[in-house]
Amino acid sequence: MLFALDRVTMERDGKVVLQDVTASLPKGASCVAGPSGSGKSTLLRLLNRLADPGSGTVRYDGRDVRERDPLELRREVCLVPQLPALLEGTVEDNIRFAADLAGREPDVPRLLDLAGLNSSFADRPASKLSVGEQQRVMLARSLALEPRVLLLDEPTSALDEGARGAVEATLLHLRERVNVSTVLVTHDLAQARRMAEWVVRLDEGRIVGEGHVREQLAVT
Amino acid sequence: MSSSIHVTLGEVAATLVLVAVAVAVSFWRRADLEADIGIAVVRSAIQLTAIGYVIKFIFDQDSLWFVLALITVMVVFGAFTAQRRARRVPNAFWPLLVALAIAGATTLGLVVALGIFKAQPRYLVPVGGMVVGNAMTAAAVTLNRLGDDMTAHAREVEATLALGATSTQAAAPIVQRSLRSGMIALIDSTKTTGLIFFPGTMVGMLLAGASPTDAVRLQLILLWTLLGSVALAGLIAVTLAYRNFFTPAHQLREQPEP
Repeated sequence: MLFALDRVTMERDGKVVLQDVTASLPKGASCVAGPSGSGKSTLLRLLNRLADPGSGTVRYDGRDVRERDPLELRREVCLVPQLPALLEGTVEDNIRFAADLAGREPDVPRLLDLAGLNSSFADRPASKLSVGEQQRVMLARSLALEPRVLLLDEPTSALDEGARGAVEATLLHLRERVNVSTVLVTHDLAQARRMAEWVVRLDEGRIVGEGHVREQLAVT
Repeated sequence: MSSSIHVTLGEVAATLVLVAVAVAVSFWRRADLEADIGIAVVRSAIQLTAIGYVIKFIFDQDSLWFVLALITVMVVFGAFTAQRRARRVPNAFWPLLVALAIAGATTLGLVVALGIFKAQPRYLVPVGGMVVGNAMTAAAVTLNRLGDDMTAHAREVEATLALGATSTQAAAPIVQRSLRSGMIALIDSTKTTGLIFFPGTMVGMLLAGASPTDAVRLQLILLWTLLGSVALAGLIAVTLAYRNFFTPAHQLREQPEP
């Protein structure tokens, strides 16, 4: 298993957001599905140590994530947040910032292409792009790290239907071109069926199901 | 730089006419500041009279230990006061205390070492007061901006951390903006001094009968000294304070509502 959570509990502002969660996520395309406020995004942030649980352990490749250097872990297990949050400057500035963190020379046109943007975007100011375009730059920026795992926190929630379909197509196509596992967080079960092979289902901070998508989310 | 001016209490009392103008404006335009103006006038009278006696006592003693004690008290009260403007910054008191102490000590040490002022209470007390006061304002503005921006831009900061950036790298744009905020007011007033307004020291010296040349020179010394101390205070305060937003594992701490 790529990730294994063992009896993970997490509180925020005195409220329990994850309760005794034990779950696994294999290599490939997984997703964490559940309604709003079920603790999905919190669970995702535990996978690359953007937060630590109050109790329990999170393992990545069989090793407790707290034994890993958090900065190296985040470059290997990279999270793309729900809403775009780019740095000031051009699209290329953003991609180079990420690549520099990993000590890599970025192939900017290729990274933009992987994220579904043409190379003319490189010189454009990040703040002038649409939300959908910014979200794609967030993806390109993360890919500049050459991560093993991409954590995608509701990457289409801020997009209209057309843009959502296009981003989904980009993500599906991406996995054919790059050797990367994905963990997608979504409240949309139909999207989970389209995008993932394995699903962990959460409700009110508890696990309510785990397994292959075709079994867990079978259309009846 | 000796003073021969004598100000009577009657002359001080006469300026209350201008205070009455302020109260009248507030009352007429319903700005609801009459009570605040009253408190400001009473507090300024009490505080300045008290500090006047303290300064007289220190001048009479002619001991640098008393100067040190006075400046220490100013630094501690300055840190407490500035902390109130930096409510969104966790544990802001200690960064402010260290910033004011180092800015004050370094600035006074340098002006004495460079031979600008003698190491005597009559120079160190007024210069120390100005240095600590301006450093406090700059550090408070810097941390106020830091707290506001770290709250408003938490999403951007965490998105940068998510790429494997350190907390220093993630906070860098906010730290830069905060430091600019803290320093820009003094830089702007230094740019316009003599054109749009006459600064206090120069006005005071001219009123006390000093030559315009001496008044201008002393004012320049103080303005340029303050630039250094304000930069130091802002830099130290923000460098120490931004770390309080992060855990050692470069995670953004959950912030309670201020």
